[in-house]
Amino acid sequence: MPINRDFLGRTFPASDPYEISRVKIRDFADAIGDPSPVFRDVAAAQAAGYPDIIAPPTFPIVITAAAGNRAATDPELGINYAMVVHGEQSFSYVRPLVAGDVVTTQTTITDIRAAAATRCSPTRPSSARSTANWCARHTRRSSSGAAPLDQGSAWLSW
Amino acid sequence: MAELVSTGQVKFADVEAGAELAEVSYPVTRLSLVKYCGASGDFNPIHWNERIAKAVGLPDVIAHGMFTMAETGRFVTDWAGPQGVVLELGVRFSSMVVVPDDDTGASVEVTGVVEEKLDGNRVRLALTARSNGSKVLTRSRAVVKLP
Repeated sequence: MPINRDFLGRTFPASDPYEISRVKIRDFADAIGDPSPVFRDVAAAQAAGYPDIIAPPTFPIVITAAAGNRAATDPELGINYAMVVHGEQSFSYVRPLVAGDVVTTQTTITDIRAAAATRCSPTRPSSARSTANWCARHTRRSSSGAAPLDQGSAWLSW
Repeated sequence: MAELVSTGQVKFADVEAGAELAEVSYPVTRLSLVKYCGASGDFNPIHWNERIAKAVGLPDVIAHGMFTMAETGRFVTDWAGPQGVVLELGVRFSSMVVVPDDDTGASVEVTGVVEEKLDGNRVRLALTARSNGSKVLTRSRAVVKLP
């Protein structure tokens, strides 16, 4: 099924607010094996100049993956989500995410292109490579109230 | 769990363009992936179920790309110290990290170089991540603001 190019530029409704907790940050830091005190000890984070413990740089994926997936799995977009491979990911930050931030996420499909499967889905097993013909980039912005927090962009391919 | 690499604070004035950052090896076991499934909410079975991973053509269970990216982020934050602020982090996933079901698992070796010193006390790092001899990330860059 070809991708629906009408989705290029489409912005999806904002996510429900997500409140970042100290416990979730610590669980995430544990899961990536990172013992740094700024991710788990309020006093250490404050000594480094932050208002509360901060989140590791890839933590925003916890909040935003669901919003991105909702966009990518819209049946009218025409993606076979079972075939999707995460090709690229980038984050840019206004400041570190801090425990207590209440984050909403807005997702926009910012690029759609036909591309050689090997260019955009290098991790796909070779047996499936010939079926992957499309790439889409979705960009999402997170904010706390009116204040922007970070922006992330991911290439998906299938 | 690996020990924290650096508890010191690197200063912008002390950083030189071209400086190489010492390689760090991060272990990845099946337990790491199960924990990452829970912490991230990504329960794709190719990250924990060998039967399904092999059924879709993979050699074995593979690590989440975002887990590998997280270890790269850890390399950056360990180097930058507690007051270093990551402003940008980006990667392209170029190969998979295969994680066998044994007591050793796999590892991701991350290295970096100070690519450029920028205005505003910012530094751009070029990063490399390898596993089992293959580059698992390419075009990996970070921009960090240092005190």
